[in-house]
Amino acid sequence: MGIETIINLSLLTLLALSAIVLMRLQNLLAVVLLSGIYSLLSAGLFVSLDAVDVAFTEAAVGAGLTTILLLGAIAIIGKEQTVSRHGKLLPLVVIAITASALIYGTLDMPIFGDPTAPIHAYVAPRYLFQSGEEIGIPNVVTSVLASYRGYDTLGEVAVVFTAAIGVLLLLGKPNK
Amino acid sequence: MFISATIAILVVMLILLLRAALGPTVFDRILAINTFGTATVLLIALFGFLTKRPDFMDIALLYALINFTSTIAVLKLFRYGSLGKAEDE
Repeated sequence: MGIETIINLSLLTLLALSAIVLMRLQNLLAVVLLSGIYSLLSAGLFVSLDAVDVAFTEAAVGAGLTTILLLGAIAIIGKEQTVSRHGKLLPLVVIAITASALIYGTLDMPIFGDPTAPIHAYVAPRYLFQSGEEIGIPNVVTSVLASYRGYDTLGEVAVVFTAAIGVLLLLGKPNK
Repeated sequence: MFISATIAILVVMLILLLRAALGPTVFDRILAINTFGTATVLLIALFGFLTKRPDFMDIALLYALINFTSTIAVLKLFRYGSLGKAEDE
């Protein structure tokens, strides 16, 4: 067993432990702090799975922004959780059905790192070998982002632009 | 050497998680979370050197920055009871 497997297994075990602790705690401030730990752990897991950009987003949004947002919510609603009056059977049934559907969905997935997986066999060779002739840009990543997925990128740019306008409208209000 | 350091960091993470879960006071938990962020930074740095690709150091640095901001936010909430009105009061 390689060292990477050991690291992945330890990180997953710590993730499960922190999730159980998150469920058992009643103090909301501790819950928010532990959710920060949860996202730091999952960001570490993403790094070890080579998804560095996802790890970047998880660290910035999950551990940074969400913690501060939830702290702002705690400042309004108070620090203790009120005991729920609903029964526990219905949520358990819903979660069991959802979880079994998700686990059933993973049965069809190719093994992690499988070179014959559809995502490696279908469009990636065309991007790698023919994008130079088809698009005329030497960098494959650039031609995928700017040409093959041009509309996708245009939509992302529109979303980021809208978000920037929203932030400017909220923060840029003059104080008289 | 990197392997033993990585395993040591993972053990430290487990102990910190226990402290954050059990911690009697809020300050124990804040300190545990802050140290956990530092442990994550170290883990990512060690992982980069372990897989012979130390290019991920900039992510580790981002984590260090984020760790700082959320700790400041928690302490501000604890001191003032809110996040936005500290200057007006």
